[in-house]
Amino acid sequence: MPRLLLRNACIAICMSMFAAPAAAVEAIDPWPGLVQDIFDNKPIGDGGDLIALDMPARAEDAAIVPVTLRIKPDTNSGRRVVAITVVIDQNPAPMAAKFVLGADAQVSEIATRVRVNNYTNVHAVAETSDGKLHMVKTYVKASGGCSAPAIKNVEESKARLGQIRYRQFTKPADGAHGGAREAQVMIGHPNNSGLQMDQVTQLYVPAYYVDRIRLWQDDAPILSMEGGISISEDPNIRFTYVANGARTFRIEAKDTDGHVFEKTWKIDGSTM
Amino acid sequence: MRYRTLTIAAVIGIAVQTNTQAQERALPVREIASGVFVHEGRIELASSDNDGAIANIGFIIGTTAVAVIDTGGSVREGRQLLAAIRARTSVPIRYVINTHGHPDHMFGNAAFVADGVTFVGHHRLPQAMATRGPLYLDSFQRSMGDALLNDVRIVPPTRLVDGSLALELGERTVIVKAWPVAHSDSDVTVFDRTSQILFAGDLVFIRHIPVLDGSIKNWLDSLDDLVALPARRVVPGHGPVSDWPAALADQRRYLGTLATDIRRDVKGGRPIREAAEQAATTERQRWELFEDYNTRNATAAYSQFEWE
Repeated sequence: MPRLLLRNACIAICMSMFAAPAAAVEAIDPWPGLVQDIFDNKPIGDGGDLIALDMPARAEDAAIVPVTLRIKPDTNSGRRVVAITVVIDQNPAPMAAKFVLGADAQVSEIATRVRVNNYTNVHAVAETSDGKLHMVKTYVKASGGCSAPAIKNVEESKARLGQIRYRQFTKPADGAHGGAREAQVMIGHPNNSGLQMDQVTQLYVPAYYVDRIRLWQDDAPILSMEGGISISEDPNIRFTYVANGARTFRIEAKDTDGHVFEKTWKIDGSTM
Repeated sequence: MRYRTLTIAAVIGIAVQTNTQAQERALPVREIASGVFVHEGRIELASSDNDGAIANIGFIIGTTAVAVIDTGGSVREGRQLLAAIRARTSVPIRYVINTHGHPDHMFGNAAFVADGVTFVGHHRLPQAMATRGPLYLDSFQRSMGDALLNDVRIVPPTRLVDGSLALELGERTVIVKAWPVAHSDSDVTVFDRTSQILFAGDLVFIRHIPVLDGSIKNWLDSLDDLVALPARRVVPGHGPVSDWPAALADQRRYLGTLATDIRRDVKGGRPIREAAEQAATTERQRWELFEDYNTRNATAAYSQFEWE
């Protein structure tokens, strides 16, 4: 998204010069520009029948704001949600994540955590299998006080770089085979925004973040996420899908330095 | 990446241009021990109505040097603190200690920038200020407004503390001690041996709900080391000056309750938002600003206990 970043950069600089950043930010609705940059100006219809976007009305901790996407049961036969893009309009990198839903996984819920820099609209745009786009949105107030969308504990963050955890949440309705399963993956990673200066070199630390996470049951994709710096440190995805009888669960994550983190578990949760 | 440099340069540029040295009235301060003065901040969120003067700040006067402990939430408050010092002594201000990098404790730094003044802080504070300073200037615009923020400069410490540092003020020594990541990643305490007064910064909250911007586990672990400090009275970061260590009991109970509730919910698989909204609710009536910070604390704690 270089074009997008550059455009926001110009806005930021101009506003700084006029010394009224907050007011100016709100005067400019970035959404039309984001539709152009992210969705190539394709028409976007109302997505309320297809998906729901749930966030708290106020970001409590600016660095860790829970987002939940719910994919509603398909009532319009022959069409399914293939991808959902989450856009945090006022963040430095507005495109937070694009989730691609596995064709047969029947993913019904995806929860993750994002950074929220300012008062902002958040959009979730679903793409259906007929190529059409559908949008829902919500408004989130920024957190107050000394909360910042920044890492709290750099050393601890470094110490868990590359650690991956997988967890299944048993649901009473689960049978031994098949049925809806809720699970969670966590990847230890600073997901650095790159918006900070190294005190020794006086150079900006390059952005360093997990840009792709892919999840499978055996060889069938459940879900993938392309993410950016708006995803909180230690990327965390909790999701509900339908098991296909697979014996393994696999995750592969890649970061912007090209590191690949992989792990496979037996479906009962034990490590292979 | 260049635009980021420009953005920050632009922000700093504005600050420098408008550095007017208007004569400010003296901040009300109280002498809690001989030569030890404190302004107790209001237990509120920072706003244009309170000049950001929500934290406890103070100063200690020796025979050769004055040490300032935190500079307040705006340059206006910083200048008022300076006026309060000048009204009481002509001994030069040699040290400005920032107990950590939150805006209510360091947005007044610019009022003290002068030859012979050394800014002192945690060895991680320069990085914390560099990372967060621009974010704070942006996010405080809405609640505090240009008039208060335009003069703010992010002034990092040049005397860094790793372990502890003794500062000689002339016939009294103060000990600046750096802590592991607890309330924030760059907390220091300031202990005046002569009066046995402990300036605890935001490692200690009284009446004002504790705010977690570091590590809940380390903060809890640090409480025993804090208690062991040979202090008689404490100046918390927020709340009334109190007897030590009795004043720590409420905070210990709150953090302990929060940790117990969140650990239980992480273990039980309760989702983060639901857990955060319902943690430590038994503490609701015991703290001011509970609704402003409890869910936030719980959210941060959850994301940390998940990795235990």
